[in-house]
Amino acid sequence: MKPSPLTIRNLSVAYRKKPVLRDIEFEAPEGKLIGIVGPNGAGKSTLIKATLGLIPRLCGEVSIYGEPYARQRRRVGYVPQRESVDWDFPTNALDVVMMGRYGHLGWFRRPGRKERAIAMECLDKVGMSAYADRQISQLSGGQQQRIFLARALAQDADLYFMDEPFVGVDAATEKAIVALLGELKEQGKTVLVVHHDLATVEEYFDWLMLLNETIVAFGPVERTFTPEHLQTAYGGKLTLLGRDERSALILG
Amino acid sequence: MSTFWIILTGALVAASCGIVGCFLVLRKMAMIGDAISHSVLPGIVIAFLLSGSRDSLFMLLGAAALGLVTVFLIQWLHRSGVQSDASIGVVFTALFAVGVILVSLYTRDIDLDLDCVLYGEIAYVPWNTIEIGGTDIGPKAVWGIGLALLLIVLIVGAFFKQFKLCAFDPALAAAVGIPVALFHYLLMGLVSVSTVASFESVGAILVVGMLVVPPATAYLLTDSLSRMIGYSALVGCGSAVAGYYVARVLDASISGSMVCVAGAMFLLALLLSPKHGVLVRQWKQRRFARERSA
Repeated sequence: MKPSPLTIRNLSVAYRKKPVLRDIEFEAPEGKLIGIVGPNGAGKSTLIKATLGLIPRLCGEVSIYGEPYARQRRRVGYVPQRESVDWDFPTNALDVVMMGRYGHLGWFRRPGRKERAIAMECLDKVGMSAYADRQISQLSGGQQQRIFLARALAQDADLYFMDEPFVGVDAATEKAIVALLGELKEQGKTVLVVHHDLATVEEYFDWLMLLNETIVAFGPVERTFTPEHLQTAYGGKLTLLGRDERSALILG
Repeated sequence: MSTFWIILTGALVAASCGIVGCFLVLRKMAMIGDAISHSVLPGIVIAFLLSGSRDSLFMLLGAAALGLVTVFLIQWLHRSGVQSDASIGVVFTALFAVGVILVSLYTRDIDLDLDCVLYGEIAYVPWNTIEIGGTDIGPKAVWGIGLALLLIVLIVGAFFKQFKLCAFDPALAAAVGIPVALFHYLLMGLVSVSTVASFESVGAILVVGMLVVPPATAYLLTDSLSRMIGYSALVGCGSAVAGYYVARVLDASISGSMVCVAGAMFLLALLLSPKHGVLVRQWKQRRFARERSA
């Protein structure tokens, strides 16, 4: 049997002794778009960061296509939250996208014509090729997000992690991201997306993880996106959204 | 000849500080250089006590070691939840104070003058020369700082993409397998080396100034990191040359004048830069407003 793109066993993470994630254990199916939702502070971003080894974990094992992450880096693409970088950095859109190739270049090789060509292609896929030379601070929030997606495409990975790609973007960008996710899925890639908008969960994703410190539910959207599971994950916070939520569910 | 050596020394300091300074400014760690230039004092005293000599090599090693300890402590405090500016302030003042105590305890009878350890004077550079096999090969400072600059150019040149990605997006850098901590300490090591190699001969004010002012000026002038580094080195060298002649006309401190010229250049860039200049921005806004009302 082919190993799953991402298997996590017994993962726990704590910030200054306060547990953020407890006993995370799951196996992501290949070729699916997987949404990760949960209330604020549920540890959604933390789950991605701990998986990628960006923050220390208390315990737990992560394997990517059956091997430790360190050996599979080139098969993994990562889209951090947009606010995590300084957009006043002196560089242009094309250059940021080329950064996606750095992992493939090894220690000493410099990005050259080939990397530039790949980066242009990826910019084109997110509809941003006209902005290649634009200083990144002069791009709108949605455009910046698309640059980040293009950079992840340039990583040419099989498994993608995206941290809140839909936050603060315009309608055109949202559409572009959805189209891109569909394309990745068609190519058999697996994508995990941290998401916050419950109204679009059923439309965008095949599988869903409901997270609140620990996994509340994980599986195909039809089985996981239920009022009971949402109630468990969000607790009292859900009543605020209550009416909309139920109608969305009934419609779905 | 001495004019040439002084200007060359100033330009070398400006270039080496200008290059590493760009990364500090972009990572919002501009004050690290200031911290290092003070907190190396105990390192110098300990090196002096251990070796019993005032040979600059020992002092340099001691200082460089303390430079790294400083950076490490700052990092550690910051990660344990202290605000980053506060952790810089705490670490360097505390270490400097330890140095002052060490000086007053152990070196009372020996000539280890704080002024000459910490605040060298660039005007004396041409007279402190080294000889190899009996021939004078030029001022010691020029060789020391020249080597530091060479090291910086080699390392930053070889690992430019790593330094750049670590400065822009450390999370992605770590995710694609770049050892972020290694490059962080490598950069800090280079800052230590350039600081320590420079300040003994030219004075801390010149070092700290050149670490921050030319990179901040260059930042206003371009949208490309490699060009920013080039401009920063050029602005630094330009201020070194111009500053020397300003000092000569005024008969004033040379390193002070060099930094003042750099400061003036920064002000000019802030006002006039075609991309980020205050005046250009105001002019554009006014034109925009006029077009709207017309």
